[in-house]
Amino acid sequence: MVSKKIELMVGLFVAIGIAAILMLALKVANAGIAGNGKTYQLYAKFDNIGGLKVRSPIKVGGVVVGRVEHIKLDQEDYMPIVTLDIYSNYDNFSEATSVSILTAGLLGEQYLGLDPGFLDEELGIGVLQPGDFIEDTKPALVLEELIGQFLFSQDSED
Amino acid sequence: MLERIQSLGHNTISTISGLGRAMMMLLSAILQVPNPKKGWPLLMNQLFSVGVLSLLIIIVSGGFIGMVIALQGYTILVGYGAEASLGPMVALSIIRELGPVVTALLFAGRAGSALTAEIGLMKATEQLSSLEMMAVDPLRRVIAPRFWAGFISMPLLTAIFSAVGILGGHLVGVDWLGVDSGTYWSVMQAEVDWSDDVLNGVIKSVVFAFVITWIAIYKGYDCVPTSEGISRATTATVVQSSLIVLGLDFILTALMFTN
Repeated sequence: MVSKKIELMVGLFVAIGIAAILMLALKVANAGIAGNGKTYQLYAKFDNIGGLKVRSPIKVGGVVVGRVEHIKLDQEDYMPIVTLDIYSNYDNFSEATSVSILTAGLLGEQYLGLDPGFLDEELGIGVLQPGDFIEDTKPALVLEELIGQFLFSQDSED
Repeated sequence: MLERIQSLGHNTISTISGLGRAMMMLLSAILQVPNPKKGWPLLMNQLFSVGVLSLLIIIVSGGFIGMVIALQGYTILVGYGAEASLGPMVALSIIRELGPVVTALLFAGRAGSALTAEIGLMKATEQLSSLEMMAVDPLRRVIAPRFWAGFISMPLLTAIFSAVGILGGHLVGVDWLGVDSGTYWSVMQAEVDWSDDVLNGVIKSVVFAFVITWIAIYKGYDCVPTSEGISRATTATVVQSSLIVLGLDFILTALMFTN
Protein backbone atom coordinates (compact mmCIF):
# COMPACT_ATOMS: atom_id res chain seq x y z
CA MET A 1 0.00 0.00 0.00
CA VAL A 2 2.81 2.37 0.83
CA SER A 3 5.50 2.41 -1.78
CA LYS A 4 9.05 1.62 -0.77
CA LYS A 5 10.12 5.05 -1.93
CA ILE A 6 7.78 6.86 0.47
CA GLU A 7 8.90 4.68 3.36
CA LEU A 8 12.51 5.41 2.49
CA MET A 9 11.90 9.16 2.33
CA VAL A 10 10.01 9.20 5.64
CA GLY A 11 12.74 7.15 7.26
CA LEU A 12 15.34 9.58 5.94
CA PHE A 13 13.29 12.54 7.19
CA VAL A 14 12.99 11.12 10.71
CA ALA A 15 16.70 10.23 10.72
CA ILE A 16 17.69 13.77 9.70
CA GLY A 17 15.35 15.18 12.36
CA ILE A 18 16.84 13.03 15.09
CA ALA A 19 20.34 13.89 13.89
CA ALA A 20 19.44 17.59 14.13
CA ILE A 21 18.16 17.16 17.70
CA LEU A 22 21.35 15.27 18.60
CA MET A 23 23.46 18.03 17.04
CA LEU A 24 21.57 20.68 19.03
CA ALA A 25 22.07 18.65 22.20
CA LEU A 26 25.71 17.67 21.82
CA LYS A 27 27.35 20.27 19.59
CA VAL A 28 25.34 23.37 20.53
CA ALA A 29 24.22 22.85 24.12
CA ASN A 30 27.00 20.44 25.13
CA ALA A 31 24.60 18.44 27.30
CA GLY A 32 25.53 15.12 28.79
CA ILE A 33 29.25 15.81 28.88
CA ALA A 34 29.50 18.11 31.85
CA GLY A 35 26.98 18.65 34.58
CA ASN A 36 25.25 15.30 34.41
CA GLY A 37 27.66 13.55 36.75
CA LYS A 38 27.35 13.21 40.48
CA THR A 39 28.08 16.27 42.55
CA TYR A 40 28.60 17.18 46.18
CA GLN A 41 27.97 20.44 48.00
CA LEU A 42 30.30 22.86 49.76
CA TYR A 43 29.34 26.15 51.34
CA ALA A 44 31.09 29.50 51.47
CA LYS A 45 30.18 32.71 53.25
CA PHE A 46 31.17 35.97 51.56
CA ASP A 47 31.09 39.64 52.55
CA ASN A 48 29.80 40.57 49.12
CA ILE A 49 29.01 38.39 46.12
CA GLY A 50 28.79 41.20 43.56
CA GLY A 51 27.16 39.91 40.39
CA LEU A 52 27.49 36.19 41.10
CA LYS A 53 24.46 34.22 39.89
CA VAL A 54 23.04 30.75 40.32
CA ARG A 55 24.67 28.44 37.69
CA SER A 56 27.80 30.61 37.51
CA PRO A 57 30.83 28.37 36.92
CA ILE A 58 33.34 27.37 39.61
CA LYS A 59 36.85 27.13 38.22
CA VAL A 60 40.22 25.86 39.33
CA GLY A 61 42.95 27.27 37.13
CA GLY A 62 40.36 28.00 34.44
CA VAL A 63 38.86 24.47 34.43
CA VAL A 64 35.18 24.26 35.36
CA VAL A 65 34.80 21.95 38.37
CA GLY A 66 31.23 22.83 39.31
CA ARG A 67 28.46 25.39 39.37
CA VAL A 68 26.89 27.71 41.91
CA GLU A 69 23.74 25.95 43.03
CA HIS A 70 22.10 28.34 45.43
CA ILE A 71 22.63 31.79 46.96
CA LYS A 72 20.92 32.91 50.12
CA LEU A 73 21.36 35.44 52.90
CA ASP A 74 22.25 34.26 56.41
CA GLN A 75 19.42 35.56 58.63
CA GLU A 76 21.71 36.09 61.64
CA ASP A 77 24.63 38.14 60.35
CA TYR A 78 23.25 39.18 56.95
CA MET A 79 26.08 37.69 54.95
CA PRO A 80 25.44 35.82 51.70
CA ILE A 81 25.94 32.05 51.78
CA VAL A 82 26.77 30.43 48.43
CA THR A 83 26.15 26.72 47.85
CA LEU A 84 28.82 25.24 45.58
CA ASP A 85 27.91 22.20 43.50
CA ILE A 86 31.21 20.45 42.75
CA TYR A 87 31.61 17.41 40.46
CA SER A 88 32.33 14.30 42.50
CA ASN A 89 35.55 13.45 40.65
CA TYR A 90 37.10 16.57 42.21
CA ASP A 91 36.63 15.47 45.83
CA ASN A 92 40.07 16.07 47.24
CA PHE A 93 40.14 19.77 48.10
CA SER A 94 42.05 20.62 51.26
CA GLU A 95 40.57 22.62 54.11
CA ALA A 96 43.07 25.38 53.28
CA THR A 97 41.33 25.99 49.93
CA SER A 98 40.41 29.59 49.34
CA VAL A 99 37.59 30.80 47.15
CA SER A 100 37.30 34.20 45.52
CA ILE A 101 34.82 35.88 43.19
CA LEU A 102 36.50 36.78 39.90
CA THR A 103 35.38 38.39 36.67
CA ALA A 104 35.94 36.93 33.22
CA GLY A 105 37.34 39.80 31.21
CA LEU A 106 36.52 43.45 31.74
CA LEU A 107 32.77 43.24 31.28
CA GLY A 108 32.35 39.48 31.59
CA GLU A 109 30.34 37.26 33.87
CA GLN A 110 31.49 36.69 37.42
CA TYR A 111 32.61 33.23 38.49
CA LEU A 112 34.04 31.51 41.54
CA GLY A 113 37.76 30.79 41.49
CA LEU A 114 38.95 28.02 43.82
CA ASP A 115 42.57 28.11 44.91
CA PRO A 116 43.35 24.64 46.24
CA GLY A 117 45.56 24.77 49.28
CA PHE A 118 47.92 22.05 50.51
CA LEU A 119 47.04 18.97 52.49
CA ASP A 120 49.03 18.44 55.65
CA GLU A 121 48.05 15.71 58.07
CA GLU A 122 50.56 16.82 60.73
CA LEU A 123 49.18 20.35 60.88
CA GLY A 124 45.67 18.90 60.94
CA ILE A 125 44.65 20.21 57.53
CA GLY A 126 42.42 17.54 56.08
CA VAL A 127 40.14 17.12 53.08
CA LEU A 128 36.95 19.17 52.74
CA GLN A 129 33.98 16.90 53.35
CA PRO A 130 30.63 17.39 51.58
CA GLY A 131 28.66 20.03 53.48
CA ASP A 132 31.73 21.80 54.89
CA PHE A 133 32.17 25.55 54.82
CA ILE A 134 35.18 26.98 52.98
CA GLU A 135 36.63 29.38 55.55
CA ASP A 136 38.95 31.48 53.39
CA THR A 137 36.79 33.62 51.11
CA LYS A 138 37.55 36.80 49.22
CA PRO A 139 34.61 39.00 48.31
CA ALA A 140 33.84 40.40 44.88
CA LEU A 141 35.42 43.68 43.88
CA VAL A 142 32.73 46.32 43.58
CA LEU A 143 33.86 49.17 41.38
CA GLU A 144 32.06 51.88 43.37
CA GLU A 145 33.67 50.75 46.63
CA LEU A 146 37.11 50.73 44.99
CA ILE A 147 36.61 54.26 43.69
CA GLY A 148 35.33 55.34 47.10
CA GLN A 149 38.39 53.89 48.84
CA PHE A 150 40.68 55.50 46.29
CA LEU A 151 39.11 58.94 46.78
CA PHE A 152 39.20 58.51 50.55
CA SER A 153 42.91 57.64 50.52
CA GLN A 154 43.61 60.61 48.26
CA ASP A 155 41.86 62.87 50.80
CA SER A 156 43.79 61.55 53.78
CA GLU A 157 47.11 62.04 52.01
CA ASP A 158 46.50 65.76 51.57
CA MET B 1 -30.99 48.09 17.31
CA LEU B 2 -32.70 44.80 17.99
CA GLU B 3 -31.11 43.40 14.82
CA ARG B 4 -27.63 44.32 16.01
CA ILE B 5 -28.12 42.62 19.34
CA GLN B 6 -29.47 39.62 17.47
CA SER B 7 -26.44 39.48 15.16
CA LEU B 8 -24.14 39.76 18.18
CA GLY B 9 -25.93 36.80 19.70
CA HIS B 10 -25.74 34.90 16.42
CA ASN B 11 -21.99 35.47 16.18
CA THR B 12 -21.41 34.46 19.78
CA ILE B 13 -23.40 31.26 19.42
CA SER B 14 -21.75 30.29 16.13
CA THR B 15 -18.25 30.97 17.55
CA ILE B 16 -18.89 28.87 20.61
CA SER B 17 -20.52 26.04 18.69
CA GLY B 18 -17.58 26.16 16.21
CA LEU B 19 -15.14 25.77 19.12
CA GLY B 20 -17.26 22.91 20.42
CA ARG B 21 -17.27 21.15 17.03
CA ALA B 22 -13.51 21.61 16.76
CA MET B 23 -13.01 20.10 20.22
CA MET B 24 -15.33 17.16 19.47
CA MET B 25 -13.52 16.49 16.20
CA LEU B 26 -10.13 16.63 17.92
CA LEU B 27 -11.16 14.34 20.75
CA SER B 28 -12.85 11.76 18.57
CA ALA B 29 -9.90 11.77 16.17
CA ILE B 30 -7.07 11.35 18.65
CA LEU B 31 -8.72 9.45 21.49
CA GLN B 32 -9.21 6.34 19.39
CA VAL B 33 -7.16 3.23 19.87
CA PRO B 34 -5.00 3.14 16.74
CA ASN B 35 -5.01 0.05 14.63
CA PRO B 36 -1.30 -0.44 13.80
CA LYS B 37 -1.85 -2.62 10.75
CA LYS B 38 -4.18 -0.19 9.02
CA GLY B 39 -3.00 3.05 10.61
CA TRP B 40 0.73 2.73 9.94
CA PRO B 41 0.61 3.01 6.11
CA LEU B 42 -1.81 5.93 6.37
CA LEU B 43 0.51 7.70 8.81
CA MET B 44 3.47 7.00 6.53
CA ASN B 45 1.72 8.61 3.57
CA GLN B 46 0.83 11.67 5.61
CA LEU B 47 4.31 11.96 7.11
CA PHE B 48 5.59 12.02 3.55
CA SER B 49 3.27 14.74 2.31
CA VAL B 50 3.39 16.85 5.50
CA GLY B 51 6.98 16.32 6.61
CA VAL B 52 9.22 15.25 3.76
CA LEU B 53 7.74 17.63 1.22
CA SER B 54 8.19 20.56 3.65
CA LEU B 55 11.85 19.69 4.13
CA LEU B 56 13.25 21.75 1.25
CA ILE B 57 11.63 25.06 2.21
CA ILE B 58 12.62 24.53 5.86
CA ILE B 59 16.26 23.81 5.06
CA VAL B 60 16.62 26.69 2.60
CA SER B 61 14.98 29.29 4.86
CA GLY B 62 16.83 27.98 7.94
CA GLY B 63 20.15 28.35 6.19
CA PHE B 64 19.44 31.86 4.95
CA ILE B 65 18.05 33.07 8.29
CA GLY B 66 21.13 31.78 10.10
CA MET B 67 23.36 33.52 7.58
CA VAL B 68 21.48 36.83 7.89
CA ILE B 69 21.59 36.77 11.69
CA ALA B 70 25.33 36.07 11.62
CA LEU B 71 25.89 38.94 9.20
CA GLN B 72 23.72 41.43 11.09
CA GLY B 73 24.98 40.29 14.48
CA TYR B 74 28.61 40.54 13.40
CA THR B 75 28.27 44.16 12.23
CA ILE B 76 26.68 45.09 15.58
CA LEU B 77 28.95 43.02 17.85
CA VAL B 78 32.20 44.06 16.16
CA GLY B 79 31.50 47.64 17.29
CA TYR B 80 31.90 46.47 20.88
CA GLY B 81 34.78 44.15 20.09
CA ALA B 82 32.51 41.31 21.12
CA GLU B 83 32.40 39.27 17.90
CA ALA B 84 33.35 36.23 20.00
CA SER B 85 29.73 36.25 21.17
CA LEU B 86 28.46 35.66 17.63
CA GLY B 87 27.95 31.95 18.28
CA PRO B 88 25.59 32.25 21.26
CA MET B 89 23.77 35.13 19.59
CA VAL B 90 23.00 33.09 16.48
CA ALA B 91 22.25 29.91 18.45
CA LEU B 92 20.04 31.48 21.11
CA SER B 93 17.98 33.62 18.75
CA ILE B 94 17.40 30.65 16.43
CA ILE B 95 16.79 27.97 19.06
CA ARG B 96 14.58 30.07 21.30
CA GLU B 97 12.57 32.14 18.85
CA LEU B 98 13.17 31.99 15.12
CA GLY B 99 13.38 28.22 14.81
CA PRO B 100 9.98 27.40 16.30
CA VAL B 101 8.18 30.51 15.02
CA VAL B 102 9.45 30.65 11.43
CA THR B 103 9.07 26.89 11.06
CA ALA B 104 5.51 27.20 12.34
CA LEU B 105 4.69 30.01 9.91
CA LEU B 106 6.21 28.13 6.98
CA PHE B 107 4.47 24.96 8.10
CA ALA B 108 1.13 26.76 8.25
CA GLY B 109 1.65 28.09 4.74
CA ARG B 110 3.12 24.95 3.20
CA ALA B 111 1.40 22.05 4.97
CA GLY B 112 -1.55 23.62 6.81
CA SER B 113 -3.09 25.13 3.69
CA ALA B 114 -2.63 21.84 1.81
CA LEU B 115 -4.35 19.93 4.62
CA THR B 116 -7.33 22.30 4.63
CA ALA B 117 -7.71 22.28 0.86
CA GLU B 118 -7.42 18.49 0.65
CA ILE B 119 -9.97 17.77 3.38
CA GLY B 120 -12.26 20.55 2.13
CA LEU B 121 -12.24 19.10 -1.37
CA MET B 122 -12.91 15.63 0.04
CA LYS B 123 -15.93 17.10 1.76
CA ALA B 124 -17.09 19.04 -1.34
CA THR B 125 -16.85 15.95 -3.56
CA GLU B 126 -18.62 13.97 -0.82
CA GLN B 127 -15.77 11.54 -0.32
CA LEU B 128 -16.19 11.89 3.43
CA SER B 129 -19.89 10.99 3.21
CA SER B 130 -19.12 8.02 0.96
CA LEU B 131 -16.61 6.78 3.53
CA GLU B 132 -19.33 6.97 6.14
CA MET B 133 -21.69 5.10 3.83
CA MET B 134 -19.11 2.33 3.61
CA ALA B 135 -19.00 2.25 7.42
CA VAL B 136 -15.46 3.70 7.47
CA ASP B 137 -15.06 6.40 10.09
CA PRO B 138 -13.58 9.42 8.24
CA LEU B 139 -12.27 10.80 11.52
CA ARG B 140 -10.22 7.67 11.94
CA ARG B 141 -9.26 7.12 8.33
CA VAL B 142 -8.67 10.71 7.13
CA ILE B 143 -8.34 13.06 10.10
CA ALA B 144 -6.33 11.14 12.71
CA PRO B 145 -3.31 10.21 10.52
CA ARG B 146 -3.04 13.81 9.28
CA PHE B 147 -3.14 15.11 12.83
CA TRP B 148 -0.45 12.74 14.09
CA ALA B 149 1.71 13.41 11.03
CA GLY B 150 1.66 17.16 11.72
CA PHE B 151 2.30 16.53 15.40
CA ILE B 152 5.33 14.33 14.70
CA SER B 153 6.91 16.25 11.85
CA MET B 154 6.80 19.82 13.24
CA PRO B 155 9.32 19.27 16.09
CA LEU B 156 11.61 17.39 13.69
CA LEU B 157 11.35 20.20 11.13
CA THR B 158 12.08 22.76 13.86
CA ALA B 159 15.18 20.87 14.97
CA ILE B 160 16.37 20.65 11.35
CA PHE B 161 15.69 24.38 10.87
CA SER B 162 17.70 25.28 13.99
CA ALA B 163 20.61 22.99 13.13
CA VAL B 164 20.81 24.26 9.54
CA GLY B 165 20.49 27.86 10.76
CA ILE B 166 23.41 27.48 13.16
CA LEU B 167 25.49 25.89 10.39
CA GLY B 168 24.52 28.80 8.11
CA GLY B 169 25.66 31.22 10.82
CA HIS B 170 28.93 29.28 10.96
CA LEU B 171 29.29 29.59 7.20
CA VAL B 172 28.99 33.39 7.25
CA GLY B 173 30.54 34.15 10.65
CA VAL B 174 33.53 31.79 10.50
CA ASP B 175 34.23 31.09 6.85
CA TRP B 176 33.48 34.56 5.52
CA LEU B 177 33.85 37.10 8.33
CA GLY B 178 36.70 35.35 10.11
CA VAL B 179 35.42 34.61 13.61
CA ASP B 180 37.48 31.75 15.04
CA SER B 181 35.71 28.41 14.62
CA GLY B 182 36.67 27.15 18.09
CA THR B 183 35.39 30.34 19.69
CA TYR B 184 32.11 30.11 17.76
CA TRP B 185 31.35 26.64 19.13
CA SER B 186 32.85 26.87 22.62
CA VAL B 187 31.21 30.19 23.60
CA MET B 188 27.96 28.82 22.19
CA GLN B 189 28.28 25.67 24.29
CA ALA B 190 28.96 27.74 27.38
CA GLU B 191 25.87 29.89 26.85
CA VAL B 192 23.27 27.51 25.44
CA ASP B 193 21.59 25.29 27.99
CA TRP B 194 20.05 21.94 27.05
CA SER B 195 16.90 22.14 29.13
CA ASP B 196 16.42 25.92 29.30
CA ASP B 197 16.97 26.65 25.63
CA VAL B 198 16.84 23.57 23.42
CA LEU B 199 14.07 21.75 25.27
CA ASN B 200 11.95 24.89 25.59
CA GLY B 201 12.31 25.40 21.84
CA VAL B 202 11.09 21.84 21.29
CA ILE B 203 8.13 22.44 23.65
CA LYS B 204 7.25 25.56 21.68
CA SER B 205 7.30 23.67 18.40
CA VAL B 206 5.11 20.91 19.84
CA VAL B 207 2.53 23.49 20.97
CA PHE B 208 2.62 25.20 17.56
CA ALA B 209 2.28 21.85 15.77
CA PHE B 210 -0.80 21.03 17.81
CA VAL B 211 -2.44 24.38 17.13
CA ILE B 212 -1.65 24.56 13.41
CA THR B 213 -2.70 21.01 12.56
CA TRP B 214 -5.86 21.36 14.62
CA ILE B 215 -6.86 24.61 12.90
CA ALA B 216 -5.96 23.31 9.43
CA ILE B 217 -7.89 20.07 9.80
CA TYR B 218 -10.89 21.66 11.47
CA LYS B 219 -11.15 24.40 8.83
CA GLY B 220 -11.14 21.78 6.10
CA TYR B 221 -13.55 19.48 7.90
CA ASP B 222 -15.96 22.29 8.72
CA CYS B 223 -15.79 24.28 5.47
CA VAL B 224 -18.72 25.23 3.27
CA PRO B 225 -18.48 22.54 0.57
CA THR B 226 -18.21 24.88 -2.41
CA SER B 227 -15.18 26.13 -4.31
CA GLU B 228 -15.54 29.51 -2.62
CA GLY B 229 -15.91 27.90 0.80
CA ILE B 230 -12.71 25.90 0.31
CA SER B 231 -10.76 28.97 -0.73
CA ARG B 232 -12.05 30.86 2.31
CA ALA B 233 -11.21 27.99 4.63
CA THR B 234 -7.67 27.77 3.23
CA THR B 235 -7.11 31.50 3.71
CA ALA B 236 -8.57 31.32 7.21
CA THR B 237 -6.20 28.48 8.08
CA VAL B 238 -3.09 30.40 7.11
CA VAL B 239 -4.19 33.71 8.66
CA GLN B 240 -5.56 32.32 11.90
CA SER B 241 -2.79 29.84 12.57
CA SER B 242 -0.10 32.47 11.86
CA LEU B 243 -1.74 34.95 14.24
CA ILE B 244 -2.25 32.34 16.95
CA VAL B 245 1.35 31.15 16.60
CA LEU B 246 2.68 34.68 17.05
CA GLY B 247 0.41 35.37 20.02
CA LEU B 248 1.16 32.03 21.68
CA ASP B 249 4.86 32.59 21.12
CA PHE B 250 4.72 35.74 23.23
CA ILE B 251 2.90 33.93 26.02
CA LEU B 252 5.25 30.93 25.92
CA THR B 253 8.32 33.19 25.89
CA ALA B 254 6.96 35.13 28.85
CA LEU B 255 6.43 31.87 30.73
CA MET B 256 9.73 30.23 29.79
CA PHE B 257 12.41 32.87 29.58
CA THR B 258 11.53 35.37 32.28
CA ASN B 259 12.50 34.61 35.84
